[in-house]
Amino acid sequence: MNRSAKDDLAKDDLARDDGRGAISRRHLLAGAATSALLGTLRPAEASQRTETTQSAIRRFAGEAEIRGGRVSLDLPPLVENGNTVPLTVAVESPMTEADHVRRIGIFNEKNPQPNVVTLHLGPRAGRAQVATRIRLADTQRITAIAEMSDGTYWSASADAIVTLAACLEG
Amino acid sequence: MARALINLPKTAKAGDVIEIKTLISHPMETGFRPGPDGRILPRNIITEFLCRFEGEEIFRAELFPASAANPYLTFTTVATRSGTFQFTWRGDGGFDQTETATLTVA
Amino acid sequence: MIRTATAALAALLLAPGPAAFPGEIAPADKRSGFAEMGPALQAMQRDDTAHPGMLWVQDGADLWARAPSADAPACGGCHGEARASMRGVAARYPAWDARSGRPIDLEDRINQCRRTHQQAEPFARESADLLGLTAFVALQSRGMPLAPPDDSRLAPARQEGRALFEARMGQLGLSCAICHDDHWGRHLGAAVIPQGHPTGYPLYRLEWQGLGSLQRRLRNCMSGMRAEPYPFGAPEYVALELYLAERAAPLPLETPALRP
Repeated sequence: MNRSAKDDLAKDDLARDDGRGAISRRHLLAGAATSALLGTLRPAEASQRTETTQSAIRRFAGEAEIRGGRVSLDLPPLVENGNTVPLTVAVESPMTEADHVRRIGIFNEKNPQPNVVTLHLGPRAGRAQVATRIRLADTQRITAIAEMSDGTYWSASADAIVTLAACLEG
Repeated sequence: MARALINLPKTAKAGDVIEIKTLISHPMETGFRPGPDGRILPRNIITEFLCRFEGEEIFRAELFPASAANPYLTFTTVATRSGTFQFTWRGDGGFDQTETATLTVA
Repeated sequence: MIRTATAALAALLLAPGPAAFPGEIAPADKRSGFAEMGPALQAMQRDDTAHPGMLWVQDGADLWARAPSADAPACGGCHGEARASMRGVAARYPAWDARSGRPIDLEDRINQCRRTHQQAEPFARESADLLGLTAFVALQSRGMPLAPPDDSRLAPARQEGRALFEARMGQLGLSCAICHDDHWGRHLGAAVIPQGHPTGYPLYRLEWQGLGSLQRRLRNCMSGMRAEPYPFGAPEYVALELYLAERAAPLPLETPALRP
């Protein structure tokens, strides 16, 4: 093939900022990334959400106070594809008859629907730790809320940046 | 029948906390996504997963369109005695599937 | 989405300046796309009990053991335990097929077997059955280095594959080589451009939310370059697969791989 034609495309140049040409190329790439995000976002625009996150959380916890702590939420900070995002939630609890986690609700901010998953546990679980895989339509904050057997609610949040694959099918 | 993969230890000691991993083949079509013809594809998701041990519920999950395709759930239980786990997935379009696995507690 | 990919690719195409590292990948730099993934996705590929591609592989294992009809043998009826008989096979495909006088890939091989030894209809390309059975067969070579056959009959097609890899095509005038030889390791949008080694097919792609073949991936690449993809099963794909196998060797096979 014509190697000299390929030589026009500098590996180094793609990343180098020489204060001149590089900037316009960066803008081109940034523009592409922005339109990409808008494309992804479209189904999740606020106006199309079935319910607000706050309302879904209130349906889960009622008017109870939700305190920070006891819950840990683990998901990759940089998500390579929002179609499948590994998530692990764990709650500090002895998981005994007298003191255990009853439910864990997981909520998103920007998907079309605020609920992600609701988990029902009990003392038979032995440990309050569950792993699953979720979808994220966009960069957003995920919140996990645990309901304890004493009726208290505890929560944790984690942010995930959803990046976009460069080459998509079709 | 959708393919399901269930992984748990075959044996455990009484009092051990064992980990159970489950995967099932399912598109989890969200109901928010247009198909090739531009029309929204109808929602087709698993809405509930239930694990019972000898008939007693030990874990349950309510699923939403935000669950990834081919749903994966890993959870734990305390091994108390030998017996059979039942895993049930239910969802849209009458989806209803149950698988079993046994545990021997020494 | 199409507009997006096009814009990003166009940006890449327009970038001027001299190439820092044009041309083929040095053997010491050769690496699988696995290396570009974050720890969470690497863990998902490594753990067979958590890998969604294993749903297809298990279907393939059942197909291997099941006779397609009452008077035809199952794959296992002739080949026995796949663990032994299929070990290393996928690492050698595409290979020369004397019967048809052309190179064929592993999917073709399986379908030939169905026609000639099982008197069964070939599976459709990209069907769950063909993907599952191919993945199950390829799994038996997992960890083995790709070992393309040193067979002079393959040389013309391999050469054609290389020419296709390096040819500019489509409305963007890009080639496979411009991304995967000259710009691997750089970013296109937020994604790292991989070297494009077919070490894990059929693989589970999160974008597909399912298992897919190398031909499906090549079709993606072609439509990304705004080129008209060849139909599934076209000899051009087998030619490309031959060149890609040689280009990737001796990286180890990882079927079923998992990629974003």
